[in-house]
Amino acid sequence: MDERERINRLRWRCTRRAMLEMDLLLGEFLERVFPTLGPEQADAFVVLADMEDLELWPLINGSRDCADPVQAEVLALLRTVRVK
Amino acid sequence: MSNSSIPVRKFDAVIVGAGGSGLRAAIQLSEGGLKTAVLSKVFPTRSHTVAAQGGVSASLGNSEEDHWHWHMYDTVKGSDWLGDQDAIEYMCRKAPEVVVELEHFGMPFDRTDEGKIYQRPFGGHMSNFGEKPVRRACAAADRTGHAMLHALYQRNVRANTQFFVEWMALDLIRDESGQVLGVIALEMETGEVVAFHAKATIFATGGAGRIYYSSTNAFINTGDGLGMAARAGIALEDMEFWQFHPTGVAGAGVLITEGVRGEGGILRNSDNERFMERYAPNAKDLASRDVVSRAMVTEINEGRGCGPNKDFVLLDITHLDPATIMKRLPGIREISIQFAGIDPIQAPIPVVPTCHYQMGGIPTNFKGQVVSADGVPVKGFYAAGEVACASVHGANRLGTNSLLDLLVFGKSSGDSVIEDLASGAIVHKDLPAAYAERTLARLHRLNTQTGGSNVNETRLELQRTMQKHCGVFRFKDMLVEGVAKIVEIEKAVARTEIKDKSQVWNTARVEALELDNLIEVAKATLVSAEARKESRGAHVRDDAPDTPENPNGRDDANWHKHTLWEREGSSLSYKPVTMTPLTVETIALKTRSY
Ligand SMILES: Cc1cc2nc3c(=O)[nH]c(=O)nc-3n(C[C@H](O)[C@H](O)[C@H](O)COP(=O)(O)OP(=O)(O)OC[C@H]3O[C@@H](n4cnc5c(N)ncnc54)[C@H](O)[C@@H]3O)c2cc1C
Repeated sequence: MDERERINRLRWRCTRRAMLEMDLLLGEFLERVFPTLGPEQADAFVVLADMEDLELWPLINGSRDCADPVQAEVLALLRTVRVK
Repeated sequence: MSNSSIPVRKFDAVIVGAGGSGLRAAIQLSEGGLKTAVLSKVFPTRSHTVAAQGGVSASLGNSEEDHWHWHMYDTVKGSDWLGDQDAIEYMCRKAPEVVVELEHFGMPFDRTDEGKIYQRPFGGHMSNFGEKPVRRACAAADRTGHAMLHALYQRNVRANTQFFVEWMALDLIRDESGQVLGVIALEMETGEVVAFHAKATIFATGGAGRIYYSSTNAFINTGDGLGMAARAGIALEDMEFWQFHPTGVAGAGVLITEGVRGEGGILRNSDNERFMERYAPNAKDLASRDVVSRAMVTEINEGRGCGPNKDFVLLDITHLDPATIMKRLPGIREISIQFAGIDPIQAPIPVVPTCHYQMGGIPTNFKGQVVSADGVPVKGFYAAGEVACASVHGANRLGTNSLLDLLVFGKSSGDSVIEDLASGAIVHKDLPAAYAERTLARLHRLNTQTGGSNVNETRLELQRTMQKHCGVFRFKDMLVEGVAKIVEIEKAVARTEIKDKSQVWNTARVEALELDNLIEVAKATLVSAEARKESRGAHVRDDAPDTPENPNGRDDANWHKHTLWEREGSSLSYKPVTMTPLTVETIALKTRSY
């Protein structure tokens, strides 16, 4: 899979989700923050984006802890995203 | 590309959509021994049904006395008498059965101390024909939709349903007699276009709330089922009726639940006035959804909106104890910080009435069979869930009745397929010549368009037009203007251009194809709304006010009928509302008041 395919698949999984909240948040993150991530963080984001919304949302809003340190870094960045 | 170059896959039945309604239908078919394919734009448990939190209604009577007939009365009244009474009786009678079945599929409902399904009250659900609120909503905490989808999905896995995930259905296949023979679909991962040839096709593609700029619906709700049906010559029913939720975050649209006002939240205008006191002196901020939404829009229209553009009002909870907010509304605080940039402990949340649910859709009967204007089933075609119009919600849906609709009509559509195949009502037919031509031409046009319009900009234009011209409150001149605008936008949609021409994972192409569906829904909505010269349920016109002859602006003499919009020539026709239930007496027309 080339880079364009990889990003497009990720874009679909970030912006066609079950909940509007997650479409907005992950879509914004993908546009603005994802391009600045290192390879390890980028992979961690792909894993997070593949989670279901009700798994991911508690990790984002901090009501559940994340055991994986790299994922936790990405989650911290996700928390800073503000959707206009 | 000629037809012969398209691969064909054969199934007994194909279901488009893997939300609650599609998965419920699939269980009937797979367990009934039919070879069944389910197509979905996303993995099944990522369907929008997940977003439903409130619950699913059924007159189980676990906490207090209840009866399906009372539920039926509430639903007819809620629909402002536009719902078909045979379908409403069917749904309300079936509710206890389908909910208990869901429990047996493994749905983790909340329990009472005695171990029964716990039930809570919900707006519009009453006991004894409208007397007082009744506990009818069954829930699994605040994740009812999610739990429901998981239970249904697991059951399908057990029954060997075959899923086609990240596939987008593009068009219906119909032959000259009008019989439906499957769909043409696009696999995103390969870009391959395939015909799913089936004896029966069920649409369960969900809603189309993304036609509005401000919507509580996830991005996936682009009305694909409606677009496909319209292009195939199926009329769409009652498309002017859209439910608006009073409190979506301004801009983002994200839903703020009624619970916030339940905890003491107050709506304020730019004068800091608690304006609901003027509109609903008793219920105030907790009046019913349509009353609050209209009051908010009136404030904004009369110049008392907030912000630089005076286009929202404020939901204030700053007077509540921060400890209460942290304890009872933590999720809402998160949402407000993330999507409005405001901590509601310190400042009020900007909110606007936001598009939430589509009452209209593909016309069906209570068996889930798609019907033409004269009530005759379209052979081989079925629909259930938000895409369908049975019509149980009429001009206005009651909360928790949608999840019920998915279960009841998902199941009945599946049963109808099995029956129609067994009785010989539908026989297998070969694919007609050139069946894929129109779809392939559409794809070819998109691939070769130059100097065309931008997909994102055109979609935004469409959404802004719907928001401005066909929102909560409708004005004659705005509607007329809106129709003209949408016809212009339609021309832009026909000329969309994408830069990416690649086959594999071409999301730009998919988004352009979604826009092809949004425009059909938007046009159907505006044209139907402009034509209906009364106020009823969610359709409220400034020039059809509350008068003694027409209370609430409802004009039964002229408008007690269903709208049918046809794409060809954008023409309208009407059909009567079914007032005869299956076994009980008609619930006669009455003024709707709570
Ligand atoms: C925020 C929110 C809260 C709600 N809360 C409640 C509640 O508490 N109670 C209640 O009763 N109702 C509630 N509703 C309404 C209810 O959730 C929906 O009406 C219902 O879930 C719709 O289910 P569905 O099966 O029709 O469609 P969906 O669950 O939306 O599923 C549609 C399916 O179709 C697929 N699809 C669509 N187009 C295509 C295509 N072209 N090709 C292939 N697949 C396609 C999608 O991938 C998806 O699988 C709520 C709605 C919202 C927005």
